[in-house]
Amino acid sequence: MSNGSGNSSSNSVPDLQAIVDRVVAKAGKGEQIEAYVSRGGETAVRVYEGEVEHFVSAQSEGIGIRVIKDGRTGFAYAGTLDADAIAEVLADARDNVAFGTPDEYAGLAEPDGVAQIPQKFWDDELAGYATADKISLTKELEKLTLGMDSRVRVEESNYDDGWGEVAVATTTGIRESGRGNSCYVSVSTLADDGDETQTGFSFSVGDSPKEFNLPKAAREAADRATRLLGAVKPPSKRTTVVLDPYVTSQFLGVLSSTLNGENVSKGRSFFADKLGETVADPRITLVDDPTNPLAYTATDIDGEGLAARRNVLIENGVLKMFVQSSYSARRTGTKSTGNATRGGFAGTPGVGCLAMQLQPGTQSQEELIKGVDDGVWIQMVQGLHSGVNPISGDFSTGASGMMIRNGAVAEPVREFTIASTLQRMLLDIVAIGGDIDWLPSRAVGLTLVIRDVTMSGQ
Amino acid sequence: MSISTSENLVEADVIAKVLAKGRATGAEFSEIYIEDKRSTSAGLDDGKVEQVTSGRDRGAGIRVVAGETTGFAHTSDLSERGLLAAAEAAAAAARQGDGGVHKIALQPLLRHPVNTVRIAPNDVPKASKVALLERANNAARSIDGAIVQVSAAYGDSYRRILVANSDGVFSADDQVRTLFRVSVVATGDAGMQTGYDSLGHTIGFEVFDENDVEEMAIRAAKQAIVKLQARPAPSGSLPVVIKQGSGGVLFHEACGHGLEADLVGKGASVYRGKMGELVASPLVTLIDDGTMSGEWGAIGIDDEGHPSQRNVLIENGILTDYMWDFLRARKENRRQSGNGRRQSYADLPMVRMTNTFVTNGTEEPDDIVRATEHGVYVAKLGGGSVDTASGDFVFGMVEAYLIENGEITEPLRESNLIGNGPQVLKDIDLLGNDFAMGNPGMCGKDGQGVPVGDGQPTLRVKAMTIGGTAA
Repeated sequence: MSNGSGNSSSNSVPDLQAIVDRVVAKAGKGEQIEAYVSRGGETAVRVYEGEVEHFVSAQSEGIGIRVIKDGRTGFAYAGTLDADAIAEVLADARDNVAFGTPDEYAGLAEPDGVAQIPQKFWDDELAGYATADKISLTKELEKLTLGMDSRVRVEESNYDDGWGEVAVATTTGIRESGRGNSCYVSVSTLADDGDETQTGFSFSVGDSPKEFNLPKAAREAADRATRLLGAVKPPSKRTTVVLDPYVTSQFLGVLSSTLNGENVSKGRSFFADKLGETVADPRITLVDDPTNPLAYTATDIDGEGLAARRNVLIENGVLKMFVQSSYSARRTGTKSTGNATRGGFAGTPGVGCLAMQLQPGTQSQEELIKGVDDGVWIQMVQGLHSGVNPISGDFSTGASGMMIRNGAVAEPVREFTIASTLQRMLLDIVAIGGDIDWLPSRAVGLTLVIRDVTMSGQ
Repeated sequence: MSISTSENLVEADVIAKVLAKGRATGAEFSEIYIEDKRSTSAGLDDGKVEQVTSGRDRGAGIRVVAGETTGFAHTSDLSERGLLAAAEAAAAAARQGDGGVHKIALQPLLRHPVNTVRIAPNDVPKASKVALLERANNAARSIDGAIVQVSAAYGDSYRRILVANSDGVFSADDQVRTLFRVSVVATGDAGMQTGYDSLGHTIGFEVFDENDVEEMAIRAAKQAIVKLQARPAPSGSLPVVIKQGSGGVLFHEACGHGLEADLVGKGASVYRGKMGELVASPLVTLIDDGTMSGEWGAIGIDDEGHPSQRNVLIENGILTDYMWDFLRARKENRRQSGNGRRQSYADLPMVRMTNTFVTNGTEEPDDIVRATEHGVYVAKLGGGSVDTASGDFVFGMVEAYLIENGEITEPLRESNLIGNGPQVLKDIDLLGNDFAMGNPGMCGKDGQGVPVGDGQPTLRVKAMTIGGTAA
């Protein structure tokens, strides 16, 4: 779960903590053990044409055990908390130790004295929210969206919620547990004009359903699709791009891997030898701050159980630091920055940014667009996983949006790409919006204006 | 093969009780999907075997359909009590009133094996798996000092599934997959570049008798080295020649997803209402085939218990069929096509591809390049994605070259290509005679990943937009 790792005492999960404590107590001489368990549930409602298309109600649980001996690491997991299965997982993890290469930096996190910043991750109102209300909310979102424009159809209207509990313990003294819940609604739209169909989407997030803004989500989903009707393929040229908050969030997500201390130490980041240098326009200050409760991925502990913290990665354009887990920190002779990531019980910790935020500017999106003589407002990008290489820095994605002429939004455009390199784009940022959008993502959204990007169309 | 196929994951009488429970609230259909998957993976990075991982995923998903509504619940508890509780939850989710008492008559167990496993990965010592990683690492680093980083990954899985439904379907399959990947970083004056190769089949460890991981590593390393000299890719529209077995993803995105009946049924595909029409160049015959033995997308049965089959989707440019799962076929009152798949027992099935490919044409591949005055030659494509409603799709080129005066010349830096599915299919003007399947793929849809294969002969698209930065 995104924000399911809270651990304030009122949030602790004694029965899961007891399971991991029992596993860790089995450590033999010279053996380090980490046990991580999670348990969670989800509800998913999908509505189509006024009917519930599906209703999913599910629970899952599992355990992952890491064993380290003589610098060698072994790991195993199982999707159950059955006692026999846990014993088998521990035996498998021990067996796997023999095949790892000794690594002087292998090991577990150790308590570092950094205090956790308490946050609220559990909402009783959400936990008690009735099934019938979830369904009527999802139907309402579909209806609102259809009412926005007669050209709009709804492909799916969704409500999703989930709760999760985790506990972790290590032979090095980490003992943490916590629980959290969250919910969101999303809607996908189709807009038709003759033979042409364009698509849109939107979502709304809240600690509980009462925080949803359904009319806003409906409006956005309808606008995104209808705005693109009649879109043409633009000519190829160098231009200025105005990234919509959602696109900026994806752009920051790609940058994350270049700021990852493990990638840096293994020669997989073009920032490796750039600490202290100017790598971005001086307007840019980028922080990773999971302690900000407004961030969708806010958390009080990282994937190894250390306190999450606010880290300033780029300050006024200067590269200040990389994010580290305990392993990457040992490799680089630094300290963990509380940035271990974890995909759940089936994986071991990695390193990554947890909640990236660009320091916002003051202008609205409308004001920023007014300041652009000739450019394109990018509403959506496609193929971030296929045309962006965070190691070389090459950046090329499919895009759709609206042309900007003399500060005014002009015709819709689609089936083109925007390209540059990540290194250049950071230096070519010319304006940052004040329109922060706390999207359900690891990076916050806001409008970003970048010059000198190649648009390829006709 | 030493994998046991005799025992059922859950006894047939328990299955019948669970299916009956699923219909107790008035649903006309109930289904149980049981999965028991064991996996082993090992990764090497920075010269070290980081760890070997053993995984076990086991559970059941229960689906209940009442009218247009599907209720779904899953559990990792395979006891009779656990399964009945999940069936009750799924039935409650699709409640239509009182459905009375149902008796479920299962057909005899169906097996429809399409893959042959000679050496079950479970029987291979972990040390042999780890040794592959070290050989790949050494081979990649041996070819050039510019290779500064290598990572390699081995993975195998043995997935047993059992599917039964209230219509009497009762099917089982044992699915073995073996995978190897290597990625390389090279460094030069103009920064870093990457190379990648992968291999995946639905057979056992014998895959490494026919495929040398050292050759894979050397290919990946050479790709990175060549790209160190690469210049920015062009910006704009040019002819594109795609090498055999490297561009199946083009069809996966340009039309594969658009031919999935769930998207067609919601009017979210640019191919809706086009049955019987010319939707591609007459050179194109497109097939989705879950029975291609040993290929990454090959399955004995789909995840709804239907035997896999070979489906002709486009024949000489004419759209002949979509791909179907249970729900969509039921709605159209036709047979399903073996394309109902899911990531795991915790997921609902939907329409998915298996192995999707374009059959051979008649041209010599060299002639296709020679016939191209100025264009781009793509030797390896990366991933892609598509907006099925508009048909706009992208895919990345990870190894590409300029074609000048009919010859392959300079390497190009990575970029995306963008096109519109129906237009690109019509613009295929040369098709080679050198069909090959490509690298194993993981196709994502609605949050679920399933293994898929693709393939094609060398071909030319007469114009596509290349998303580089060079004028």
